[in-house]
Amino acid sequence: MTESGPFAIEVRGLAKRFGDVRAVDGVDFAVRRGELFGFLGPNGAGKTTTINMLTGLARPDAGTIRIAGLDCSKNPKAAQHLMGIVPDESNLYPELTGLQNLAFCGALYGMAKPDRERRARELLETFGLSQATHRRFAGYSKGMKRKLTIAAGLIHGPPLLFLDEPTTGIDVASARQIRQLIRDLNRSGTTIFLTTHYIEEAERLCDRIAFIVEGKIVRIDTVEELMRRTDGRHVVQFAVSNGAGQACEAMVAEFPNLHCQAIADGQIRVESSEPVCVGPLVRLLEDRGAEVSEARKLRPSLEDVFVEITGIEAGAMKQEKEGGRKGGGV
Amino acid sequence: MKAWIAFWNILRKDMATYYLKPPNLSWGIIFPLAWTAMFFIKSGSGLESITTVLPGVMAVSVLFGTTSMLAVTVTFEKRGRSFDRLLLAPIPLELLMLAKTGGAILFGIANAFVPVLMAAFLVDLSGVAWATLVPAVVLIAISSTFLGLMIAVSVSEVFEAQTFSNFFRFPMVFLCGLFFPIEKLPSLFRPVSYALPLTYGADLLQGSIRAAGCLPAWLDFLALGAFCLGLFLVSLRRIRTKWIV
Repeated sequence: MTESGPFAIEVRGLAKRFGDVRAVDGVDFAVRRGELFGFLGPNGAGKTTTINMLTGLARPDAGTIRIAGLDCSKNPKAAQHLMGIVPDESNLYPELTGLQNLAFCGALYGMAKPDRERRARELLETFGLSQATHRRFAGYSKGMKRKLTIAAGLIHGPPLLFLDEPTTGIDVASARQIRQLIRDLNRSGTTIFLTTHYIEEAERLCDRIAFIVEGKIVRIDTVEELMRRTDGRHVVQFAVSNGAGQACEAMVAEFPNLHCQAIADGQIRVESSEPVCVGPLVRLLEDRGAEVSEARKLRPSLEDVFVEITGIEAGAMKQEKEGGRKGGGV
Repeated sequence: MKAWIAFWNILRKDMATYYLKPPNLSWGIIFPLAWTAMFFIKSGSGLESITTVLPGVMAVSVLFGTTSMLAVTVTFEKRGRSFDRLLLAPIPLELLMLAKTGGAILFGIANAFVPVLMAAFLVDLSGVAWATLVPAVVLIAISSTFLGLMIAVSVSEVFEAQTFSNFFRFPMVFLCGLFFPIEKLPSLFRPVSYALPLTYGADLLQGSIRAAGCLPAWLDFLALGAFCLGLFLVSLRRIRTKWIV
């Protein structure tokens, strides 16, 4: 990356409209070199449109984008040399093998044959895909496809990597491996722009996070600063076998200073600014005929901050994005 | 230099992945064979009639070979989003699209020479003006490929590309003077004939094989060149406005 300042990405007043819909509405942010920057929001919030504009797959209606100081409207191809792009779908060529796919992607960036083949083998090794070097991409599992797609984004050694939903729809073990690879990449100096709907994933990986809702950035901060909003908040979650809704109503009536909410699968979530005494609550639940199988004290999470800032239930966002697909998760 | 590495590898990948696959190779041979046999049988005359049907068969082979392939190499890849990978690569769009169409052009040229090869065993082709025929075939292949490209970038689905292609291809078979002389067409259709690139290509083929061209060769080459350029520019514009929105 050229030494043109501290920022890998600088975005000012970025806007994009599709008909009457303002997909991105005057977005400003900057990503520092070497940073792992999270970009979070529900479906239709403008994440993909923003990424498309940053990478050159969409033209902004207004605003400026600078990649490592390069103005993307003037030097889009020079900027593309500095980026690795991993889309939300594993879009490599099904009829090519793992090695051929990576080597082909290297060729797209002008790498000479010996260089791209050496780098492709290195990446296959790094991503634990050596045994599938000569297997066709069509025969890869979902997790392997995802890993190879990320490897393809890294073939030319870009200093900036765009990762769009890297762990969506894959098994837990592969998702863990991918997260570790993302950490390692970032530690080795690669700037990463990550979009994910797994808020816990963003919390674990990112240095800073931007929340985007309806095309506008509603908050950008470090994970620590965002989490500070939850200081002094106490959360207990109960698992009850039946009547969670009624039991929750009884709790609200009996303990008005507690915030109680019946959530999915017989779970009741209790929040308070004071430490929560579990005993009276369990007794109340059992008096109302609900059998309590578990009571857990929870650490407030980034998900709570997300819900508070955006007003959107994170679980709903996750379900919406996955569309019933299995796997992924944190 | 770096852009040319990309160009060569895109072309090589498409050749290996699409054009040199057995189904397409067999299409490239069977299709011209079938056309030749069909017109030869229909003409009802002897072997000497082969040179009469040869220009038409060559042009049709190129037209169908090239336009069919673009629906796969462009529309299918766009649908599967692997085309986005190419659009995001640091290659000028013009060079990228030349790489994507290069395979179809070569495939079209090869298609055209299948009936020529067959005819060479049956009739004397020593009177053919090869210096005109070869560049004519190349320009027909380029213009047909770019017509296929324009169609491919105008639709979203492979079946739409095939249907839309037929909208152009079948009228062209009848209106471009391949098998029926343009002067014998109803006067209403004649202006349409001259608005189609294959008319000029067919005229060059008729001229080089049978010395029966209607227009001066330079005019045919000029018109074909203009169609190639126009169709390519329109396709690039469609890509810029539709795919890089």
